[in-house]
Amino acid sequence: MIEVTHEPLNPEVVTGRVLKDTNGAVVTFLGTTRDNFEGKRVITLEYEAFEEMAVKKLEEIRQQLMTEFRIEDIAISHRIGRVDIGQVSLVVAVASPHRKEAFFACHEAVDRLKAIVPIWKKEVYEDGSRWVACEDHEFHTPEAATPVTAEDS
Amino acid sequence: MDIVVRFFAIYRERAACSSHELVLPEGATVADMTMEIRKIFPRLAPPEVNIVVAVNADYAEPDVLLHQGDDVCLIPPVSGG
Repeated sequence: MIEVTHEPLNPEVVTGRVLKDTNGAVVTFLGTTRDNFEGKRVITLEYEAFEEMAVKKLEEIRQQLMTEFRIEDIAISHRIGRVDIGQVSLVVAVASPHRKEAFFACHEAVDRLKAIVPIWKKEVYEDGSRWVACEDHEFHTPEAATPVTAEDS
Repeated sequence: MDIVVRFFAIYRERAACSSHELVLPEGATVADMTMEIRKIFPRLAPPEVNIVVAVNADYAEPDVLLHQGDDVCLIPPVSGG
């Protein structure tokens, strides 16, 4: 089951969705909100999603992994909106007859999610904010790139 | 044709709106659309950055043809998790 929600996530509930008697392993990954970035204190995080496409892409990832690793079931829940520090923003639960496939598929699910699912994270600091992964979107005008020298001042 | 282009995250903030309606000629592609959008919103992304586009909730290459009624969204670098 795939879910993109504004509500707090309950890892036990998400894990429960994939539990089956035919499985010997369930791997559950929790993504949690961190309080720092390069020495700056992060006060809170804000997640935004293109919900329709996010659900579609998450379902594609789920189907791909179930086929590739012969996984019985995968549940992915992503929280959006404001998520305070230390809370769970992502739950990925993978159930498999054997542990190896479950570990691998869970790792892979998170990697693929971070690469293609249209969800965005903004870190809010005491003195500003930053859209994560948008470093290449900074403008570098020739003026801004020119260092100020002693002669200039 | 009329195409509504939707913005998310950093694009939404930079455009100061969540969508913009464009009038494009028949046969216009994704690349034509982003060129028009860049003219209207020059501070959306630096010129050297490729703007990723989704059409009807799937990633679309620059040469994809647009049609009246398509759901067109600009997708900044994603950062879920």
